Amino acid sequence: MSEQNLFKVTIDNITIEVPAGTTVLQAARLIGGQVAPPAMCFYSKLEGSGGKCRTCLVEVSKGSEKDPRPMPKLVASCRTTVMDGMEVKNITSEKVLDARAGVVEFLLLNHPLDCPICDQAGECHLQDLSFDHGKAETRYEFQRRTFEKHDLGKNIQLHMTRCILCYRCVFTADQLTNKRVHGILDRGDHAEIATHIEKSLDNEFIGNVIDVCPVGALTDKTFRFKNRVWFLKPMDAHRDCPTCSGRVTLWNRGDEVYRVTARKDQWGEIEDTPDGKPGWICNTCRFDKKETADWIIEGPREISRQSVIAQGHYAGQIGTTKPTEIFAAVNDGRTPHLLMDIHDESEVNQPNVHLGQIQGPSRGDTFNTNNTHKA
Amino acid sequence: MGIKLLLDKANVPGIRGYEVYRREGGYRSVEKALKEMNPESIVEEVKKSGLRGRGGAGFPTGMKWSFIAKPEGVPRHLVCNADESEPGTFKDRYLMEFLPHLLLEGLIVSSFALGANDTYIYIRGEYAWITDILEEAINEAKANGWLGKNILGTGFECNIYVHRGAGAYICGEETALIESLEGKRGNPRIKPPFPAIQGVWQRPTVVNNVETLAAIVPIINMGGEEYAKIGVGRSTGTKLISACGNINKPGVYEIDMTISVEEFIYSDEYCGGIKGGKQLKACIPGGSSVPILPANLLLKTATGETRYMNYESLSDGGFATGSMLGSGGFIVLDEDQCIVKNTLTLARFYRHESCGQCSPCREGTGWMEKILHKIEHGHGTIADIDLLWDIQRKIEGNTICPLGDAAAWPVAAAIRHFRDEFEWHINNPVLSQTSNFGLQHYADPIHVPA
Repeated sequence: MSEQNLFKVTIDNITIEVPAGTTVLQAARLIGGQVAPPAMCFYSKLEGSGGKCRTCLVEVSKGSEKDPRPMPKLVASCRTTVMDGMEVKNITSEKVLDARAGVVEFLLLNHPLDCPICDQAGECHLQDLSFDHGKAETRYEFQRRTFEKHDLGKNIQLHMTRCILCYRCVFTADQLTNKRVHGILDRGDHAEIATHIEKSLDNEFIGNVIDVCPVGALTDKTFRFKNRVWFLKPMDAHRDCPTCSGRVTLWNRGDEVYRVTARKDQWGEIEDTPDGKPGWICNTCRFDKKETADWIIEGPREISRQSVIAQGHYAGQIGTTKPTEIFAAVNDGRTPHLLMDIHDESEVNQPNVHLGQIQGPSRGDTFNTNNTHKA
Repeated sequence: MGIKLLLDKANVPGIRGYEVYRREGGYRSVEKALKEMNPESIVEEVKKSGLRGRGGAGFPTGMKWSFIAKPEGVPRHLVCNADESEPGTFKDRYLMEFLPHLLLEGLIVSSFALGANDTYIYIRGEYAWITDILEEAINEAKANGWLGKNILGTGFECNIYVHRGAGAYICGEETALIESLEGKRGNPRIKPPFPAIQGVWQRPTVVNNVETLAAIVPIINMGGEEYAKIGVGRSTGTKLISACGNINKPGVYEIDMTISVEEFIYSDEYCGGIKGGKQLKACIPGGSSVPILPANLLLKTATGETRYMNYESLSDGGFATGSMLGSGGFIVLDEDQCIVKNTLTLARFYRHESCGQCSPCREGTGWMEKILHKIEHGHGTIADIDLLWDIQRKIEGNTICPLGDAAAWPVAAAIRHFRDEFEWHINNPVLSQTSNFGLQHYADPIHVPA
């Protein structure tokens, strides 16, 4: 890349130089952290994806060096390419946060809150999005739309009720398989992902639709209801596969392989293989190779400490070091209400009093007077 | 009697056929354009005429034409948008049904100006009988040497194909129309790239409304400057208005954009007044998606000036006190009409027609319909009005195509101007099921601050 083709773009007051043709979203991802807008439908490995969910809306306060006019409307950062000297506001713009909260509310309108029984729970993009931008309560008081569950072949189940119509699976099937048999039927809020008519999805790479699905609409039938993802231990592994790269993440419990997925990066997208191609995996690797002996295990996969999957497994590095930071420190100062410190709420059970040494029923006073009973 | 440029010959018997149309001076503009002018001078002429897109947005046509990319060796296309699905708009139907050759004539001249050899008419699926009329007209034109190879011995080739849609409002949006024309699902594309750069089959494309293309004929015949003298300000030429609702004479009228709204509604030449001698309550002046206006703001602007039937005057005051000329679907509501019910009907339409790509439009339109349904049937609360306002605010401007805006504006305008009627509906849940709010103060002269 020559010097002239580098564009300077400022996102939330952080300036970065990116090659021409980069989208605002990807420039923001290079900066990382909270600056990167959330994306439910955009998938960098799928051509033509994005622009639909509207969660990545940003405000362009300065178009470019040549044409400094701001853009009149919020734009979808995943489909807007950067211009030299562009200034973008993401989390620094009230307008953006307001619109994004609206989008989250819209996405959740018809989404069932069945996270407790949903296989995607714990690695669901919509859960993360709602936690970051949503509200505790909905203002929607009508019946939600529901669909019958469909089996798309023997390994994939479609639960349309959970679908947010991101079109990712349609693009995946379009671009990875030679004959797409599923798509969107109908339109508006009654639109649905479907095959015509209830055909099975039958292709060696079609299992990847499960990995790209941001919610629990497409699930792996070999894993369905078997386990919660946060009880499983993700391990990087590979095998010599004749059809695909064979580079996967195994989700183990003990020595048992519960499921196999492609390796995903911090944005929830498929990682590239060392030769720079997207690491899609084939159905054989995903659904049939469920023995540890089938795989060469590379080691535990690093999972972001903020992910629920990391709970009880690792603290960043391989090993069993427990996190030293408190929850609020890794979560931008926010503490969930349920994790409140009991000592702030009650004077009972002071940590310096050993409960075994208290005689008889104890009251608040017991702790204040019996200071000699040190643990 | 106003000036008529498009419909002046509409009542000549047999004008639908080629013979009569040609005898009445048809296809003169093709002769003039192909023999005496070149593509650049035609675009120049259209620019001079100040013609604005008649489909609703009112974008200057000459400017749109000059944006078309001209890469070497790549064919360009002209697409005629005849997917007229906006509730209240039926001007294109009238034009195509009675003057099919006028559209073809405009198409040939425009194709020549744009260098397009294959031109498509994307017609609404429900207009099946008009498809037959157009097909017949194309065959006649072909037989008489106006279409096909080497037109008038100039070497220019032009073929026109009629493509029927399958009944989707969204396919009237130009990029959705292009997708549908390519045989795909009619989802609007994300812009940029604009159709002028990458349209049908990734080739440079111009999409124009039927009336816009028909208006090219008088522009070429009389010259752009002459055409620009008709009308007022930036609203040049004539406009077809399809008037409907509670009026004595619903129908398609050609106006020259200098008449006032009051004259249009009450004069015998046009709508002929409100049906049954009732009072005017409200009006949607430009097709269902533009903001509704109460009678007092419709006839006079917020500053007390007379409102005229043109782009600028109707949008005077912005959305706070104005509306838009839009596609010219003039829907008149009398004192007995219920605004809540009217808004519900529109919301139901947009819910049904949303393509479902963008989440705000897909989910928001359905939500608005449900809340309006609740209010209409006497189960609403005052908080619902504020909720509706908040929902429409979050849809507007946050979607790929303007359908989100089109769904949000009618709801916003109804709440903005008729909030007391909504409140009356909510406060009188039983009474509102059998009677309606009536005219109230909506026709009272507005107080103009000095």
